[in-house]
Amino acid sequence: MKLECRNVWKVYGRRPDFYFDSKGYTIEPDQLAERMAAEDHIPALIDATFDVHEGEIFMVMGLSGSGKSTLIRCLSRLIGANHGQIRLDGQDLLAATPKELIEIRRHKMGMVFQSFGLLPHLTVLENTAFPLKLQGIDRTAREEKAREMINLVGLEGREESYPHQLSGGQQQRVGIARSLAVGPELWFLDEPFSALDPLIRRQMQDEFLRLQQQLHKTIIFVTHDIMEACRLADRIALMRNGRIIQIGTPAEILLNPADAYVAEFTSEVSLGRVIRAGDMAQPGIADTGHPEVDADQPIEALLAGIGAGAQCFTVRPSGRYSGGRLEAARILQILGHSGHPARPAASQGIV
Amino acid sequence: MAQTHTLQDRARDPRVWAALLLFCILAAVISPSVPWLGAYPAKWTLPLETWINATLQPALEWVQPLSRLFAVGLETPLRALREALTWLPWPFVAVVVVALALRASRWGLAALAVLAQVYIVLVGYWPHSMNTLAIVLMSLPPAIAIGFALGAAATRWPRLETRVVAMLDAMQTFPAFAYLIPLLILFGFGPAAGLIAGVIFSIPPMVRNTMLGLQRVPDAVVESALMCGATPFQLFWQARVPVAKSQILVGVNQTTMASLSMVIIVAVIGGFNDIGWEVLSAMRGAELGRSLLSGLVIVAMAILLDRITFGFATTVAGQARPIGRNAFWTIVAAALISGIAFRLLVPEVDFQPDTLGRSLARSIDATLLQFVGATGNLFSALRDGLNYGLMIPLRIGLQSAATPAVWGFALQGWMVALYVIVTLAAAAFLARRNWKWAIALLFGTLFLATGVTRFPWPCFVALGLLLSFALGGGRLFLLTAGAMALILLSGMWMPFTQSLYLTGLAVLLCVTIGGAFGVLAAESDTVSRILRPINDALQTMPQFVFLIPALMLFRVGEFTALIAIMLYAIVPPVRYVEQGLRTVPAHLVEAAQQMGVTRMQMLWQVKLPLAAPVIRLGINQTIMAALSMLVIAALVGTRDLGQQVFIALGKANLGLGLVSGVAIALLAMVSDRMLRR
Repeated sequence: MKLECRNVWKVYGRRPDFYFDSKGYTIEPDQLAERMAAEDHIPALIDATFDVHEGEIFMVMGLSGSGKSTLIRCLSRLIGANHGQIRLDGQDLLAATPKELIEIRRHKMGMVFQSFGLLPHLTVLENTAFPLKLQGIDRTAREEKAREMINLVGLEGREESYPHQLSGGQQQRVGIARSLAVGPELWFLDEPFSALDPLIRRQMQDEFLRLQQQLHKTIIFVTHDIMEACRLADRIALMRNGRIIQIGTPAEILLNPADAYVAEFTSEVSLGRVIRAGDMAQPGIADTGHPEVDADQPIEALLAGIGAGAQCFTVRPSGRYSGGRLEAARILQILGHSGHPARPAASQGIV
Repeated sequence: MAQTHTLQDRARDPRVWAALLLFCILAAVISPSVPWLGAYPAKWTLPLETWINATLQPALEWVQPLSRLFAVGLETPLRALREALTWLPWPFVAVVVVALALRASRWGLAALAVLAQVYIVLVGYWPHSMNTLAIVLMSLPPAIAIGFALGAAATRWPRLETRVVAMLDAMQTFPAFAYLIPLLILFGFGPAAGLIAGVIFSIPPMVRNTMLGLQRVPDAVVESALMCGATPFQLFWQARVPVAKSQILVGVNQTTMASLSMVIIVAVIGGFNDIGWEVLSAMRGAELGRSLLSGLVIVAMAILLDRITFGFATTVAGQARPIGRNAFWTIVAAALISGIAFRLLVPEVDFQPDTLGRSLARSIDATLLQFVGATGNLFSALRDGLNYGLMIPLRIGLQSAATPAVWGFALQGWMVALYVIVTLAAAAFLARRNWKWAIALLFGTLFLATGVTRFPWPCFVALGLLLSFALGGGRLFLLTAGAMALILLSGMWMPFTQSLYLTGLAVLLCVTIGGAFGVLAAESDTVSRILRPINDALQTMPQFVFLIPALMLFRVGEFTALIAIMLYAIVPPVRYVEQGLRTVPAHLVEAAQQMGVTRMQMLWQVKLPLAAPVIRLGINQTIMAALSMLVIAALVGTRDLGQQVFIALGKANLGLGLVSGVAIALLAMVSDRMLRR
């Protein structure tokens, strides 16, 4: 387990620590949150508990005010939490001293920000080398490393440009290069693509997936865009009003939404593209003669086969998926009514 | 809490205001027969001045040995710098200035730098300007360092912030001449006192801009630096300060200009052969040509200092300048070394025309005298017209102005009746729209009838207190009450009303005239383009410069003071009215157009109401500018608090200076709070 987050609370108000100072009594999250709200305190993060595996893309997804920004800032210790434990490789981050924290950030963490956070007075090269400069690494060494990162994000040739001379997408590439310069194990991305145009955003998402295939970081990625979450995530944590309401793979969340809110939220997602053959495959092997597909194929890609008359598919194991058999009828069932009765009504309303 | 609310509501009740108005009219009518109503009796005052002198003077004298030692410590490097600057042949210094201009901006500024410096040399004021420049340069490092440290501390510890801001407000409203007095006692008559005054006067803009810049550093920058593993020290020096650099450099620019303004004003305490002293002695000797030529030297210095420092502030990272960093330092080093070598090898050549400046001054003097003589009638007609028609009635009232001695005729019964009837009719008309306007009009006509300085003082006090309570509540009420008490008890009532009348009139005229220009500038891009450089120039000038043309055209007197104050205070209304009108959201303007408004309706019913907050800020700035100019205008003859400060400075009377200085500061604070709300 790379990162463990246990019962983390962040409360704003006059005396937030007051709620956690008595030892030995069990906290009942819902009741406590209600009491805080009644007493002019704002529980921004309520009892967050989850694990992130090594090399996993863990998406935190929610609307504004849902607590996702608070969560990622607690994890990176940009703000302190009031209660709970956050363990990175077993070390409790909430108990780390300022000095230890600086060391952790210098070697284990990297973060990308929505509004880039580049230093306007430094060139692309100097911005990328900035974290290395803070560590006191000499100029040649840090610039060599920075150039490597700049090539990695495809900005070669722009080393001497200043941030204001770059487009938004290019600026975020610099942000990414900088966050990777120290070779972090844990990579935070706080809505990195939200400030970009839709086309550029799509490009950057592909780029991000390409990078991850190369680098295998452990990633916490915050977004408010459900499509982005489904496209990039290994697992998604859905947040609402400071609480994590569901954690699961995109397919789990789409196929078994925890409540009406989640269902409503995910209703816009095109299931055929997000759900992969491996998500639905059942153990066993189909009779010979059926078409074979890779487990990470989206089920949409299987429609042509169904149209050609296939009744069943043999799913080959791929990536994190194990293989199995998949019946065409189940695919059609999911794509048919998809469990979203609200959808036709809504589109009628618009027309 | 609830009770103060209801009380304040009551202070906004029209009936309360009507009652006060009646009381004031009654008092105004009976005041000629009740002596203590018209003028505050001298026997009711306290000897505040004497008390302050008796307590503070010994304290200051006690630290004097130490402070005089400090002064000597300051004057040694100052003298070294002055001598170095005047010792070097001017072309070499000029090359350094041109190199700075090229580094800060474009070739245009370099050309301006050449012209300005050649002008200064030609008129023979090079040594004087170098002396002034030396004091300014010496005052900058401490002012910048202290200002930056204060600003950084106030940003770091929010609890400190409110205190620092309050201190800045006090520093900027307290007239500079007033704190010059303790400085003179402490450090003696000499450049050290001027230097320290320059430092004190120029700290506030540095603090404000440092705070502004540091507070505006985006969170993402701070967070990203933290996530890169920055220590607190690295976070401050490698992320916050570089990001805020541009704003901090704007602070340096404003600090430089403030220091120049102060260093020039400080010349009144005595000559150290600087340019301010040249202007002052020329003005005192009524040498028009010399005062104009030396005044233009100040203008040239101000423009150069402003453009160069501002150019550095607005340089964007990666922007190309005519010369690179290495070329700049090479030029500077070469100029200095060859300058030193030249002076050592050829000591007798200094490239300065001996007589040109003086003969130029004499011929300009003659021309100006001719011009003033030829146009004298015109300008004195303008002066007398405004003086008799507006200023005297406002000061001593129609009842005293409309006499055979002043206006050539006495008030007839029918004139009074007509005045009253027209006033009442206008008030009745206004009252149907907004009772506040009617009340304001009635008070205005009452002031005009009795004169601001002869308005019964208890009515003044009551009006001030009620207004402050209605606008600002309990705290402002207490501040106003304290200010009134101080002014009355110290016997400053007459100078106070004089100040109120002079600044009030100046602000009124500035807001009317400047506001009209602002409207024009907002409506027409051409007008805006023409006005902008004029405004820039007026704002860059050291306050002192405004006295020169006013004095030249209108001679010594209150009218001249009014013109000088207006020249300095007219920029804010123009700027703020234009900005307020231009920043009205476009969608609201479009919505109004869609409804079919005329141009006038658009201005009066849409744009002006929406721009009101910005315009109010502009009026506030106008008042502050007028009050800060009040003390300097005292040089050309006024009878107000500014004159008291000036007299105190002449006599090194600490008590008088402090009391009248505090009175001006309080006047500024009260009007500021009333408008700011």
